[in-house]
Amino acid sequence: MKKIKISIKDLHKSFGKKQILKGVNLEIEQGKSLVVIGGSGTGKSVLIKCIQGLLTPDSGSILIDGEETVGVDEQKREDLHDKMGMLFQGGALFDSLTVWQNVAFALLQNKGLSKKEAKEKAIDVLRQVGLAPDVADSYPSEISGGMQKRVGLARAIATNPEIIFFDEPTTGLDPIMADVINELIVESAKKLGATTFTITHDMASVRKIADKVAMLYKGEIIWQGSVAEMDKTDNAYVKQFINGCSNGPIKVEI
Amino acid sequence: MIIEKIEKFLRTLGKPLVKFTYGIGELSLFVSRAIYNCVTPPFYFKLLNRQFIDIGFYSLPVVALTTVFAGMVIALQSYTGFSQYGAESMVANVVLIAVTRELAPVFCGLMVAGRIGSAMAAEIGTMRVTEQIDALTTLSTNPFKYLITPRVIAGVLMLPILVVIGDILGIFGGYIIGVYKLDFNSANYIHATLQYLVASDVYCGIAKGAVFGFIITLMGCYNGYKSRGGAQGVGEATTNAVVSSSILILIFNYIITEVFFTE
Repeated sequence: MKKIKISIKDLHKSFGKKQILKGVNLEIEQGKSLVVIGGSGTGKSVLIKCIQGLLTPDSGSILIDGEETVGVDEQKREDLHDKMGMLFQGGALFDSLTVWQNVAFALLQNKGLSKKEAKEKAIDVLRQVGLAPDVADSYPSEISGGMQKRVGLARAIATNPEIIFFDEPTTGLDPIMADVINELIVESAKKLGATTFTITHDMASVRKIADKVAMLYKGEIIWQGSVAEMDKTDNAYVKQFINGCSNGPIKVEI
Repeated sequence: MIIEKIEKFLRTLGKPLVKFTYGIGELSLFVSRAIYNCVTPPFYFKLLNRQFIDIGFYSLPVVALTTVFAGMVIALQSYTGFSQYGAESMVANVVLIAVTRELAPVFCGLMVAGRIGSAMAAEIGTMRVTEQIDALTTLSTNPFKYLITPRVIAGVLMLPILVVIGDILGIFGGYIIGVYKLDFNSANYIHATLQYLVASDVYCGIAKGAVFGFIITLMGCYNGYKSRGGAQGVGEATTNAVVSSSILILIFNYIITEVFFTE
């Protein structure tokens, strides 16, 4: 039997009167890649933030390695974050720090590495994501969007995390750069043996990354399966989404 | 029909009240969290050092200019008043009291609020809307300790020093006007100033400085930390930080004066 890395049970979250998540159930096996698809505003980002502990769910449970993570104290949460890495949608690089300081941030702050060791490690990780050592001393605002994504990825994998989260990793990139980033994601996840959790609405990205696809619609998981199953499914919602039609059961709320 | 109208009326009344109460609660939680984090490890000394320089050193020019001119104008105005009663000799005393008790602390506070409070709200607000604060959390770093604690500590420690410098420069401003414009004897003016110099006035100014430093950094961080919704949200946070800290500075200035000088 495969080991379950993350298990989400009956997760609810609302903001004011607006219900965002209405009972999400989801499981990810260790070392596998799960991609959650869904339109804008279906609660994908809220789901990822709940798992990360950036938002506290109203009810439900999130087990990581079989341990409950909802409502744990600050110290335990920091230990959990040591196991995780995250690539943010906008990169979320610290603009007051140079590229290498960004990549080595966790190593410098928490792992107690010396400046020299940390910089060497940072340059090494930058090389893994295809960046030359000379960008290490530039600031995030001085490099292109594609390079920022790579730096974000480098920062996410620098601590050798067990779980990596990707929040719309290809948004805002041209199709070729998007493909490069997708390949890097697959490659680095395989190298670390990490479990990955991606949210996206880019179908090219889904086909490249996913071992398992789940579709979130109106705060619930309405379908899950492999990429091959996704192409053959009769589910009208999934069909409409992957083909990108405006006609179908999903109505765009304006 | 009529019940509906009453309900609507009560709701419009209650909404701001609930919002206000909620805001006070949120701020109180923020304050207690900030204080708690100021006294518990880990400490980021490098960041603290940067804030010392930002708040202390780079505020010197604005503090110097405002306090010198404040001292000058007080000398001029009190002379026009006192000369009507032949009490010109009181000018040095009035300048001394006005500067050490009120002008230096209040001007330092207001100038630093404009300079530092706004910058803090803008920087932390931008970090919030670009998810950099979330990124700190996911990198196992407590954003409170990393961003807010160094700023609050630096503010509380640096403002009193700025106030003392403002005291000296404000009195110096009064001296310049007294001696070069109003033709006081230089030695007499200095003698009068030293004669009336009271330690408790200076201490009061220093205490005010520390409180104002806390208010400025706290309002800057609080408004930045809770800002939402892109550029507009950050702009709002910056305005709120400066306006709220300026108002609070004047209110607390009165309260501290009341505590120190009424028997």
